[in-house]
Order: sequence, then C-alpha cells, then structure tokens
Amino acid sequence: MTPEWFIVLSALLFATGATGILIRRSPMVILLCLELMLNAGNLALVAFSRMVGNEEGQIFALIVMVVAACEVVVGLGLIVAIYRRRLPLNVDDLRELRG
Amino acid sequence: MSATTWAWLVLLLPLLGSIAIGLGYRVLPQKLAGVLGTLAIAGSFACGIGALLSLLGDDPHSRHHASSLWDYASVAGLDIKLGIFVDPLSVFMVLVVTGVSTLIHLYSYGYMQSDAGYHRFFSLLNFFVFSMLLLVLAGNFVLLIVGWAFVGFASYALISFWYRRETATRAGMKAFVINVVGDIGLVLAAFLIFRELGAFDYGEVFEKAPQVFATNEWTITAICLLLLVGAFAKSAQLPFHTWLADAMEGPTPVSSLIHAATMVTAGVYLIARTHVLFELSPTAADVAAFVGLATLLVAGTMALVMTDLKRAIAYSTMSQIGYMVMGVAIGAYSAGMFHLMTHAFFKALLFMAAGSIIAAMANNQDIDRMGGFGKAMRFTSITMLCAALALAAFPGTSGFFSKDEILAFAGERGGMYTAMMVLGYVGALLTAVYTFRLVFRILPGRPVAEAQELIDTGHVAHGELRNPVSGEPEDTDVGFPGPDHHVAEGSASMRVAMGVLAVLALVGGLVQIPGVVHVISDFLEPVFEESHLAHLHPSAGSEWLGLAVGGAISLLGIGIAYLFYVKQPDRPRQLEARLRPLHTLFVNRWYFDELIDVLVVRPALAIGRFANRVFERFVVDGLVTGTEGTVRGAGGVVRAVQSGFVRSYALLLIAGFAGLALYFLLTSS
Repeated sequence: MTPEWFIVLSALLFATGATGILIRRSPMVILLCLELMLNAGNLALVAFSRMVGNEEGQIFALIVMVVAACEVVVGLGLIVAIYRRRLPLNVDDLRELRG
Repeated sequence: MSATTWAWLVLLLPLLGSIAIGLGYRVLPQKLAGVLGTLAIAGSFACGIGALLSLLGDDPHSRHHASSLWDYASVAGLDIKLGIFVDPLSVFMVLVVTGVSTLIHLYSYGYMQSDAGYHRFFSLLNFFVFSMLLLVLAGNFVLLIVGWAFVGFASYALISFWYRRETATRAGMKAFVINVVGDIGLVLAAFLIFRELGAFDYGEVFEKAPQVFATNEWTITAICLLLLVGAFAKSAQLPFHTWLADAMEGPTPVSSLIHAATMVTAGVYLIARTHVLFELSPTAADVAAFVGLATLLVAGTMALVMTDLKRAIAYSTMSQIGYMVMGVAIGAYSAGMFHLMTHAFFKALLFMAAGSIIAAMANNQDIDRMGGFGKAMRFTSITMLCAALALAAFPGTSGFFSKDEILAFAGERGGMYTAMMVLGYVGALLTAVYTFRLVFRILPGRPVAEAQELIDTGHVAHGELRNPVSGEPEDTDVGFPGPDHHVAEGSASMRVAMGVLAVLALVGGLVQIPGVVHVISDFLEPVFEESHLAHLHPSAGSEWLGLAVGGAISLLGIGIAYLFYVKQPDRPRQLEARLRPLHTLFVNRWYFDELIDVLVVRPALAIGRFANRVFERFVVDGLVTGTEGTVRGAGGVVRAVQSGFVRSYALLLIAGFAGLALYFLLTSS
C-alpha cells in the first residue's frame, strides 16, 4: 500500500477537525476536534515513518499521544471549572480577554 | 605663616560663617547669628592683615605667590587648579573688602534687628563676602569666573531679600540677568585666552601674552572687549547699568556693601588685574576709558534729578565707578585702586546714613518729603556730612586726593586724555552739586513730621509701611522693616560702624599725598612695574595744581548747591521749567531702560513668541502628536485582532499555517 492514501486520510481528518474548531461553539466539541487534528497528525507521522523505513516517527506519534492525553486533562479540567462557575459553555460568550 | 596660608584663612572664615549661620538658623539665637557673622568677617580681615605683613616681609619684586589646594581638572593640556594668587593687588582688595564688610556687618547687626529674616541675611552676607574674596584671590580665570558668578548670585539673593515685595524680586531678576550677560562675556574671553595661550593661570597668561599677541591684534582686542562686557555688567557701566538703581530695592546695608563698596568695583579690579592684556590692546583700553567717562557724566546728571534718596546715591556710585574704570583704563592703576578704596569708605557711609534716615522716615525714600534731620539726628547728620564732603572731594578729605590723582594722570598722558581730564572735572562739579543737593534737602530746614516727632519725643514715627516704589503696604511677616522697626541710629553697633567710616572718609586720603607720602602706589608698584606706562608719573607740581583746581571745583559745586537749595529754594523749580526737555531726559534716566527694552527685550520677546506660536505649535507639537497618533493607530489595529473570540484566533492560526504551507509548496516546486 502506498502512503498516499494514509496522507489523504490524514488530511481529511485534519480538515474535519479544523472545520469543527472553526464552526462549533461548545468547548467540549472543540476539544474533540482538537483530538481529531492531533490524531490526523499522528497518522501522517506513522505513515511517513513506514515510508522512510525507520521507527522514529512511530515513537514520536506515541509521545504526541501522551501530550494529547495531558492536554485533554487540562482541557476537561477547564471545562469542568467553567461549568462549576455557572458560566455559559459557549466559547463566543467567554471573551473577556478581548483587547 | 606664609602669605598664601593667611589668604586661605581669609577665604575660609566667611564660608564657615555662612554655612554655620545658614544651617544653624533654628538653634542659633538671633544675636549670636549676628555676632558670628560679624566675627567671621572681622577674623577674615585680621587674616588679611596677616597676609599683608607676610607680604611686606618679602623682597618687593617677589611679592607674588600662587598656591593651590587641588586640581579641578588636569587632562590633555588643560590644567585647572583650585588656586589662589596673592600679590599686593589682591591683598589690597582683600583688605578693602573685608574691612568695609566688617563695619557693614556691624551696622547690619543693629539695623536688621527687627527683621524676620535675620539669620538668612547674615548667612547670605557672609556668602557674598566669601564670593567676593574668591573673586579677588582667584589664581586663574576659571576660579575667577566661579567667584564672579557666586557674587552675582549673592547680589541677586540679597536684592530680592524681601521676597514678598514684587518690585524687589523683579529687581533681583533684572540684576541677575544683566550680570549673566557679563558672565557670558567673561567666559568667552577666558575661552579665547585658553585657545590662544593654552593656559588659565594668571602668571602663565600674563607671561605668554606679550610674546603671542602683537599690539592691537584682533584676537587680543576681542579678548579685552569681552572682558569689558563682564566688567561693565558687574560695575554698572553704560549700557549695562540699569540694574544698579533697581538693586536699591534690597536692604540698605546690602546697597551699602554690595552695590556701593565692593561688588560693583569688581570690574575695576578685573581691568587692573588683566592690565597686561589691556596694554596690548590700546583700542580696547580706550573704549573702556570712554565708557567710564560717559558713565561718570551721564550718571552724574541722573543723580542730579533723582528724588529717591537711595537711587540718587546709586547713580552717584555709577558715576564714581566711571572714574575708577577710566583710571585703570588709561593706566592710572594705583590711582584707580586708591579711589576704589576711598569710595568704599565714603559711599558705604553715605548709604548707612541714608539707611538711618529712611528708617526714621518709616521707609519713605522721597527726598522731597525730607527735611530738618540735622537737628533730629545729630550723629547721622554729622557722619552724612563727612561722607558727602569726601564724595564732593572737599579739600583734605579722602575723595579729594583720590579723584584728582586719576585726573592728573589723564592730563599727564596728554592728547585726547587731556579732554578726558577736563570732562572729568566737569563730572566732579556735577558730583559736588548733586551730593550737596541731597545734604541740603535732608539736613537743614524746617523739620518734617517724622523729624519733629524724633526731636519732641525721642521716638521714631510709626507710619504705615509702604513700598517706596509701588506704594503697596508692606508684608511685615517676612521681614522689613519688621513690625517695630525704629532703629534710627539707635543702636551702638551702628554708631561704631558709622563713626569709624566717618573718620576713614575724612582722613583716608592722607596715605597718598602727592610729593609727600605714597603708601598705596608704593605698595601696588610691583604689580604694575612691567607696564609701559609705569614710568609715567605726573610731577608733584602738576598734581598739586590738579588738587587746587579740584578743590576749587568742589567748593564751587557746594556753593552752587547752597545757592540753589538753601538760599533760593525756588530756583531749582524755575530752572526745571526752563530746561524742561533736559530735565525730562535726566529724570527718565536718559531713556536707557526704554532703549534696552526696544533693542533687546522686545526682539527677544518677539522671537520667544514666534517660537511659541509657530515652532512649538507646529514643529514640536506636530512631532509629538504625530508620533502619538502613529502609535495609537497601530495599537488600534492590533487591538481589533484581540477580539476575545477563540474561534477567530483559531482561524487566524489555521489560515496563517495554511498560507505558509502554500508558500513553501509553491516555492519548492
């Protein structure tokens, strides 16, 4: 199997994730879409790693997963904190940091 | 001790006095401050005597010593020391300054008694004496400029001493500004001297100058003219004289010490000190002589018509300094210094007497309102008479010998200097007339209310205190004349000071009688021995002839004044009416203030206004608001990006990365 298909799939996943981030307002969904983008990246890494023929890309993909797990922890923690403070779960309403 | 050690002590004592009184004004009792200030100056005078004795012990031709404490700056050919120069000229000045200052401190001790600013007064007065001594003892041009500027500041601070009086603060500023113009001249002269000779030290400069400069070369003339700007501003010579009359806003002891006896003679000292340079530039020396002559005549006419007592005496001071400037400019150095000394005696005394009378008049200075003080204040009137006789050069008094020595020297040089001598005698006639105009207006006659009260009750009248110039009531919280200022000659310290000066004014001239004794010229001779005019001595015969003429003129002047102001008191009014234009010219002080206003002040104001309206508004403001607008605009753009919408940030991020990726794709293929 040539790597093109993996790359195409990865690009599709990445685009889906990015579109999701841009159009959805729920922090929960945005977090999911972020995961999608990260995993699209992982897929590309693994595919390229196979193509080149060494394992470094695969190891890197594992590390990305670890980082993604951490990121989910922080992200979910934030969402829970927002919920606890009875703030709207809508990123467009959470814009106090505007200039 | 060596002469230089004494000289350092001379400098140290007034400085210590000033600092001690200035810092200790909370703890020092008032009387102690006065005593301390007076003692510091008296000690300084004693040290001056020490320096004199030590100098007299030397061989006459090695009577000059330089000494320095440390280096100000010593780099690449520039060597400025904190150094003093002790020679007969500077010791002479030290003795005159400290001697007269001691007596004036003594006078102030009584005169300022009820003033709220007593400590401040003595601290400043001591500081002034220190500055003046620094000026005369300085061993190089840099230190001279330092002393010069300190003296200007002290003068400013003391003129504005009663700082709630607007006229006084304005007068202080005027004096300061005009003096700074002089400072600039002096600084530029020092710069030129350094550029041409590479030295600041007196010894070096005066040694090199004759080798470097040809006579009347333009640089040396420029140097001398710039020195003259400094000298004229400090000594109130035309056209820089307008500040002196206004300086009379200060307390009377200040007028007496600074604006009559010492500071205003700094210009004379400067010319005498740099006589080596002036002899290389006869043109500049002639300019100085002419200005001195013009000043002595113009100021004499102004003194003739002033009705303000202190201002009339101030114009008289200008006129007398005109004699000194003329004297040192034509080469009559020791005669000029001699006149400086006698003038310090009698003019200080005249101011003291005027101060007593003004205090008795409840601060009124108008001589038209005065009269009959001869009976009311016997001591003051006697001392005033002594001073007036000396000022009018009455035969035998100190002014008689000193003034005529200058004029005799002018006659001896011949040529156009003879004309100067003749005009100098005209000035002498004016002097005698205006001096005795004051005396005859104030002392004899029917006593005015204030004088009558003094005769009847022995107390001084208490009028409401008003500013003699503007007529506003005085603010007595900050000083003069204090709520109970009635010192008219009451205090013993004032009497002592006036008594000593009266004796000096009468007999001070006896140290230098043509053909008999020559104490002053013998003492100063080593300083001026290399002068090419040193051989020029008027013969004793011609000097005695000059004295006879001078004495006759003095008596004539006093006679005229007697005729006009005692015998026929209506005559001055008639004469005034007949010579209306001339009188108007004199009363308006020859319109010098107006002339300076038109030529200097208004153009300067116009430039300032232009700078404010055009340059400031459009160029400076334009730059500032332009910069501000740019920053604000850029900030607005950046701010708009910070919308707070997380999704728009994400869009920017993604679009940015997509753009970058596209770019690399396009460039790689």
